[in-house]
Amino acid sequence: MTSIAISKPVHPRARDQLRFITCGSVDDGKSTLIGRLLHDSKMIYQDQLAAVKRDSIRHGSADIDFALLVDGLEAEREQGITIDVAYRFFTTPRRSFMVADTPGHEQYTRNMATGASNAQLAIILIDARKGVLVQTRRHSFICSLLGIRHVVLAVNKIDLVAYSKVAFDRLVADYLAFAAGLGFSSIVPIPISARHGDNVVDRSAHTKWYHGPCLMEHLESIDIQSDTASQAFRFPVQWVNRPDPDFRGYAGSVASGRISAGDDVVVAASGRTTRIKRIVTQDGDLVDAEAGDAVTITLEDQIDIGRGDILSRPTERPSVADQFAAYLIWMDSEPLAPGRNYILRIGSQTVAGSVTAIRYRIDVNTCEHLAAETLSLNEIAFCNVAIALPAAFDPYDVNRKTGSFIVIDRFTNRTVGAGMIAFPLRRATNVSWQAPSVGRSERAALKHQKPCVVWFTGLSGAGKSTIANLVDQKLLAMSRHAMLLDGDDLRNGLNADLGFSKAERVENIRRAGQVAKLMLDSGLIVICSFISPYRSERDMVRSLIGKDEFVEVFVDTPIEECARRDPKGLYSKAKAGEIKNVTGIDASYEAPTRPEIHLRTMEQAPEQAAEVVVDAVMARALLCDERR
Amino acid sequence: MLLKHLRRLEAESIEIMREVAAEFKRPVMLYSIGKDSSVLLHIAIKAFYPAKLPFPLLHVDTTWKFREMISFRDATAKRLGVELIVHVNEEGIARGINPIDSGSALHTQVMKTDALKQALELYGFDAALGGARRDEEKSRAKERIMSLRSAGHVWDPRNQRPELWSLFNTRIRQGESMRVFAMSNWTELDVWEYIMLEKIPVVPLYFAKQRPTVRRNGATIMVDDRRLPLNCDETPQMRMIRFRTLGCYPLSGAIESDATTIEDVVAEMQTASVSERQGRLIDTDEAASMEKKKREGYF
Repeated sequence: MTSIAISKPVHPRARDQLRFITCGSVDDGKSTLIGRLLHDSKMIYQDQLAAVKRDSIRHGSADIDFALLVDGLEAEREQGITIDVAYRFFTTPRRSFMVADTPGHEQYTRNMATGASNAQLAIILIDARKGVLVQTRRHSFICSLLGIRHVVLAVNKIDLVAYSKVAFDRLVADYLAFAAGLGFSSIVPIPISARHGDNVVDRSAHTKWYHGPCLMEHLESIDIQSDTASQAFRFPVQWVNRPDPDFRGYAGSVASGRISAGDDVVVAASGRTTRIKRIVTQDGDLVDAEAGDAVTITLEDQIDIGRGDILSRPTERPSVADQFAAYLIWMDSEPLAPGRNYILRIGSQTVAGSVTAIRYRIDVNTCEHLAAETLSLNEIAFCNVAIALPAAFDPYDVNRKTGSFIVIDRFTNRTVGAGMIAFPLRRATNVSWQAPSVGRSERAALKHQKPCVVWFTGLSGAGKSTIANLVDQKLLAMSRHAMLLDGDDLRNGLNADLGFSKAERVENIRRAGQVAKLMLDSGLIVICSFISPYRSERDMVRSLIGKDEFVEVFVDTPIEECARRDPKGLYSKAKAGEIKNVTGIDASYEAPTRPEIHLRTMEQAPEQAAEVVVDAVMARALLCDERR
Repeated sequence: MLLKHLRRLEAESIEIMREVAAEFKRPVMLYSIGKDSSVLLHIAIKAFYPAKLPFPLLHVDTTWKFREMISFRDATAKRLGVELIVHVNEEGIARGINPIDSGSALHTQVMKTDALKQALELYGFDAALGGARRDEEKSRAKERIMSLRSAGHVWDPRNQRPELWSLFNTRIRQGESMRVFAMSNWTELDVWEYIMLEKIPVVPLYFAKQRPTVRRNGATIMVDDRRLPLNCDETPQMRMIRFRTLGCYPLSGAIESDATTIEDVVAEMQTASVSERQGRLIDTDEAASMEKKKREGYF
């Protein structure tokens, strides 16, 4: 029981807040450092300290183990490592601090990114005995990627290298050489001992050679004045406030910049312009609002605005596009599947989207660019992303609020990725009024498949239609949306005006190719069965469709066998001279040189052949099965 | 005009509350009558002004709260015109569960944790806003702002969604729910400074006054009604006391204090040498007890 003497009433002091993260490898002493900061800034109460003393003894430690103050969960107490992000708070007369304690363990990079996403400064710990490690590089890179511009390089356990200036200088030189390309605007190296308190809150007597600030002094004084208020105005609409027919307000927090009543604004996605009427708060209307203010805005004109819209000034608009390039950190044990449909949250906008291409993966230890087909947990890549509807955004390095997004798996609902937008692709320069452009991948995503064109070529009677029909049936049985385009069917309708001359055969294939492309764009797996005798026309279709989505299937049957089967009686008619231009008789057939699939019908029954096509197409990952 | 750091905290809380209103079908705000709840409610009204609160308040009543808390609760709901749901675990009452005979652990489990789950299921709430802060306790420090609970209201600290920027993953499956801590980044001092500057009414028990008390196991317990059994050698004594946290009165330890005004309380806070949870008798069983309770569904 404590009775507390009261001094004179104290008025709350104006302070600002610094949010920082600590990162380092296992056993670098992060938790000890935070415990030390809390203890030395008198933020640890007697009862908490007593509990830690008890626990320290129980854990076999003679001194107070400051790490026990900050390691919260049972599991990590047992293992002795921090397994999650913990947030700690302390206050000095000059500043409030919020510390994200992030794990050093390699597989928990996702938690580090989480901590870094809201931090203005990073303390990167290095064990003075171990130097710059792989994890140090990884953590520095992630801090840089997430937009942290201020770094403290805390060279910890300096007592264990006998407070050596030489060791300190060598470490700092190593680090600076590595970090030169990371775009930090300040890197302040400080020799510390978290355990003994050297240069943490008070200057150490053991490091007379060090003339810089101690850690707390630096944290209290560093200028982190963010300039978000001087940036372009962005107001993401969070919630429409409509208590009665007379009031329609748009609630949200100003992401950046500043706005005043009477200023012109534009709705990014629709391009509609209007003017700010009122900036409403319960404490009274404001004349202006700036970055960080949570307000409700009313507009002069009745225009259609909803959650997810972004208001900006007409002269400083964000990008509006349905494709962009972005850095992506993968955070789930199930790897990224390019082309797979995910949910993206970009500000208050929620849209369907997918990674259309991984440009390169980044080795976070060397910053090397590597080719990649997929991304695993904790991997980082530069990607192209397509979304179902155009969204408004800014590059992340310009605006952290409007340039960031998270990726959600639509089946598990887990947050599987975090992204930072670099730039728009296919820039929507003039905001359009037309229906938003929905692409092939979005339509296909609706069908849970990746569309492609399977193009059967071969002589008449080779077995194309028979096998194509079987493939169609098999895909249907697998709940795939496919469509069969058959040469004869087309010739009865769309191509009824065409004969069998060379020019007309070319036109026949051109039209077939265009129809196949339309169907492909609608998200279908298109099965085409055409003699298509000329290589150049097949190649034309291939380039029209795109080589990644074009599967050429050569149905290889000797002409003698085709003539023997003669299902349509063509060969006997040709033999009798009744018809001309029959491929293989008096018109040439140019066999594919490198078809994706080569079927030899003399050796394979149609059923087997169809299996080969379905399997081969699946194996090429052209059909992306999401229903695992 | 609010101080900069408080304005920032307030705006952050407003943003979180608006997310809840926009993304969930049937949210609720847990109202425990304490100082944090007072701040939470005050901010919620700002967040949705001029509209009314888009969710009701829920108070899980253990029937052992201080009488002044209950009268404050009812007066507050009436003054602000908000919808208040009071839920009591009638089954627990029928079984005679109380903090004195059943012990604090069982009482808390049945009358708080189980009762809360009952209420959430009864009304089909899919998101519950609360005022818990990360600085309160070690395992709270690791809690997300939006924290997923499985269909059995279980919290799995190893399976938390990463939470980046202020982009919240609000997707839940049928039966799952979200606990939302809109004041995660506030400290106890922030709360008191905010109450002072915003002139927010709080339960008078937070201010020192002569009150009838007994001393037990080093704690000062207020004799709030006649249900507290007194030993034959015990006579309630008037002491100048106040509370830093409020709960069930037999489980709430008072501190001796002369802080009769909000200014006094803030001044006292700035020189305090023990943590606020020290007065909470339900936490002292063992160091990790809060985590255990949370896993089981405690708020």
